[in-house]
Parts: sequence; C-alpha cells; structure tokens
Amino acid sequence: MGAFGHYLSGHFATFRLEFWSLFVGGVANGFLYGMIAVGYTLVYGVLRLINFAHSEIFMSGGFAGYFVMKALIGNSVPSGAATVFLIIVGIVVGGTAGALVATLLERVAYRPLRRRNAPKLAYLISAIGASYFLFNLAGKEFGRYSISMPQPYINHPVFHIFGAAVQLYYVVIFIAGVVMLFALDRVVATTKLGRSIRAVAQDAETASLMGVNIDRTIALTFIVGGALGGAAGFLFGLGTGVVYTMGFVPALKAFTAAVLGGIGNLRGAMIGGLLLGVVESLSVVFVQAAYIDVIAFGILVAVLLFRPTGILGERLGRAA
Amino acid sequence: MMLDVQEATVRYGAITALHGISFQINEGEIVTLLGANGAGKTTTLRMLSGLHAPSSGAIFFEGADITNVKAHDFSAMGISHVPEGRRIFPQMTVEENLEMGAFKRSSAYHDDMSRMYETFPILKDRRKQLGANLSGGEQQMLAIARALMAQPRLLLLDEPSMGLAPMIVETIFRIIADIRKQGTTVFVVEQNAAQALRLADRGYVMENGRIVFSDTAQNLLHDERVRAVYLGESVES
Repeated sequence: MGAFGHYLSGHFATFRLEFWSLFVGGVANGFLYGMIAVGYTLVYGVLRLINFAHSEIFMSGGFAGYFVMKALIGNSVPSGAATVFLIIVGIVVGGTAGALVATLLERVAYRPLRRRNAPKLAYLISAIGASYFLFNLAGKEFGRYSISMPQPYINHPVFHIFGAAVQLYYVVIFIAGVVMLFALDRVVATTKLGRSIRAVAQDAETASLMGVNIDRTIALTFIVGGALGGAAGFLFGLGTGVVYTMGFVPALKAFTAAVLGGIGNLRGAMIGGLLLGVVESLSVVFVQAAYIDVIAFGILVAVLLFRPTGILGERLGRAA
Repeated sequence: MMLDVQEATVRYGAITALHGISFQINEGEIVTLLGANGAGKTTTLRMLSGLHAPSSGAIFFEGADITNVKAHDFSAMGISHVPEGRRIFPQMTVEENLEMGAFKRSSAYHDDMSRMYETFPILKDRRKQLGANLSGGEQQMLAIARALMAQPRLLLLDEPSMGLAPMIVETIFRIIADIRKQGTTVFVVEQNAAQALRLADRGYVMENGRIVFSDTAQNLLHDERVRAVYLGESVES
C-alpha cells in the first residue's frame, strides 16, 4: 500500500507509465495463459479429466521452436521482414510439436485407461507420470539449464500506449493470440469438427449414435489443444528462454485461468487467461514482484472455495 | 427380411443381459418389443445400435452381417436410434440437434430440415432455442426428427411415451404411424403395451433377457399372458 500511496501522491505520471507497461505485459501473458487454458478446457470437455501433462506439451513447443530458430538464425541478425517470417515458422513448428506430444499422450497415457474404464484417479496418476517422464527426458537430452532463444528484433518498440513502449514481442503475442483464439472459437462454434467436439462433451454415447467417432474426436481435441499449447510454448520461450521445467508454472497458471473462467467453457478459458495475466501483472503495484505466483494461485484457491464453476459457469460443450 | 437377429447374447461383465435371443423384422413393419422393467428391452435396442456388441450370435441387416459394426457406423448404414430419455444435446439449439442427426450425410440436407419443420411445427418455432429448454414432448419430437435426419430405413424407438402427457403420447404415436407410411420400418420398445400393440403389426414379449413368445399385435392384445406383462406380473406360472 505504501508504494501505491506514493504513486498517488506525487508521481502520477510515473505511475501511469508503469501501469500501462504492466498492463501491456499482463495482456501478453494473458493471451499465453488463454492459449494454454483452452487446451485444458477442451480436453476436460470431452474426457472430464484435467490433462496435467499439458505443461509438457507447452515445453515441447518451446524446445521445438528453439531448435528451429537456432537452425534458421544462429548468431546472425535477421531483417524486420525475416523476423516476421521466422516467428510464423516458430509458431507453426511449436504448434506441430505440441500437437504431436498431445497425440502421444492421448494414445499412451489415456486411451488404454479409457478402454478399461479406469477410475478417474488412474488418469491423474498416469498424467503426472507422463509429465515427469517427459520433462525429465527433456532435461536429460537438452540440459538442465535455461537456454535463451535466438531473438530476432523482438525488443524493438513498435508503438507507445499512454507513453508505455509496446515491443514487437508483445505485438506478436497479441496478433497470434487473437488470431488463434478467434479461429478456435469459430471452429468449435460452426464447423463439423466443432460440432462433434461439443456433441461428445455433452453426451458421448448419443454423439456416437449420430455417427460421431468418439475416439477420433478425442484425438482431434488433443491435437487442437496441443497445437495452441505448443505455439504458446514457443512464444513464451522466445521471451524467457527454454528449460525442461518451463511448463510447470505457466501451465499451472493457465489451469487456474481455465478454472477461473469455468472449466469446460471455451470462452471462459480465454477470458480467465486474460484476466489472470492482467491481475497478476498489475499486482506488483501493490505487492513485491516475488508475490506474483502467490496472487495467481491465491486466485485459484479463492475460485475453488467460493465459485468452483468459475466466472461463466460450467457450460459444457457450449461454443460460447 | 430386413433385420435378422440370431441367438444373440449380451453380457455386462459377469451378468448376462440377453440369453441368445432371436427375432426378425420385415421391411415396412412396425414391430414392438414388450416386457417388464429390466427384461432386456433397452439392451436389445442398444445391441441393435452397436452400443453393446453381442458376445455370441449374429445380427444381419439387409443381408449384411453387422454383428461387430461400431456404434458410429450405424447411422450411415440406415439404422437410427431414438434413445431412452431422448438424450437431446442440451447445449445445442434445436437446429444444431437436427444437424447432428445428419452428421454422416455428405449431400445437402436442408430440404429434409424443412420437412421436419413441417411435420413438427413446434420445432420450427423453437429452432434457435437450446435443447435443455424444451418440454418433454418437444424433446421427444426433436429426438425423433433428429433420428429421421439420417434418412434411416430402420428406426429404433426406446420408450417414446415415457414421461409424457397422454395427449402428447397420442401425437407421438400418430407420428410413428406416419413414419412407417412414408416407408421407414419401425422397431419400438414400450412400457405402454396397449398403445404399442394398437400401433404395431407384430410384437415380441421379453422376460429376464429371453424372448418368451411372439405373435401378431392383434392376438397379443387379447392374450392373457400379455395382460399379465402389461400389469407387470410374471408370465411364468
């Protein structure tokens, strides 16, 4: 409170500048959380389980993006136009890696349990086991230290908002986030694939009577959620670097965002992600930056205690 | 013969739900399956939709062996199932529910959609409403319309009158008669035996997972044993 009062009393201009730069960073983080959170919520919709190995989908997107950037850029400095191209390549590669790992998880960690009608606890244990396996494998193969990604022009300020510089990195995240989340929303609301995902979420058996192949729909759901999670992993790694444990905290926060918005609710996950990103970022106005994670997970505990259905409530399988 | 079930046995783990049942349905018929609660009627229908594969025996549809066909391939094959409790997709609109019925159709189906709205004008009024917000009668009509959207040659109906007001039941049964007139064969499971037998050509009576006898609907309507089943008493004496 002291710091806040200080801002209010004498340094309003400084506060405003800091507020907007925190806000910009928060929105960027929020888009990343949203892109990860939709993966949790989609899988929850069709399987009624939390894919706790989703963090490793995110991590795989980060590493895949890192390797492709390293191969393409190395130590050279690309032009602005090349930067745009490289980032698109990174998103595609990260998304592909995420989709592949998600498919692998579904096949190896979940489908065999589904065949045997295993209890929910078995899925949770399987998810945690798969998660440990994957991140330790990455740690062994790629080293247990953080590697910074070759960065094209991403720290270049593109424009200013109320005096706060908005770097290319943030612009990239905004555009990628808006495009991917909007596309996902439309796919689920209007396409045949989307209808089959919603039908399985609402009543899998009846969906199969309509001709929906449940196994294939579940596999496609993992692919869609995995692609967005992997792309988010690349975008995150671009700014922060990659390391085998990189998925843990962002994914847990995205899970918080999905719960905050209402697990199973697609738009809820997007809104929850943005809200969490902004609230967490602005909280440093009031408390030390070290408390950011406390704030984020405090929100998770509060939502679970007081409104477990989240902001938009649980509207399973609903497009909106 | 349209459908031929031969000695089909269905098991749920250690429990045998159907003990080698055999029955036939001819093209253009309305056939009903009667029996008390737990006799195996619903299991029989679920078996005919691939939801429970028989552990032994065989099922032939239009001459083809469909014993091990998966549930999601039935609608394309020409068998549609209106499940017990209607099972409308609650968070989809009436229109989306109808579109789900046509899920496996690749050709345009909007003429059929208009036809459904003519047959069920109430569904047209409720077109943009969510399935969850319909009344029981409206849901039953939607469930039937949704099944018809797949253009089935055989329609399976599980307890279409369950939980509905008598007037609505009349409407539903009239609609079922119309469906047959338009060329779709109907197999209906009903608790309401009197109503079902007035509608049907033939009937089978089930008890404890076995078909105990069958006859024309006319004869069954006057059968002592059927009266017993209709009242929920045991047939075996």
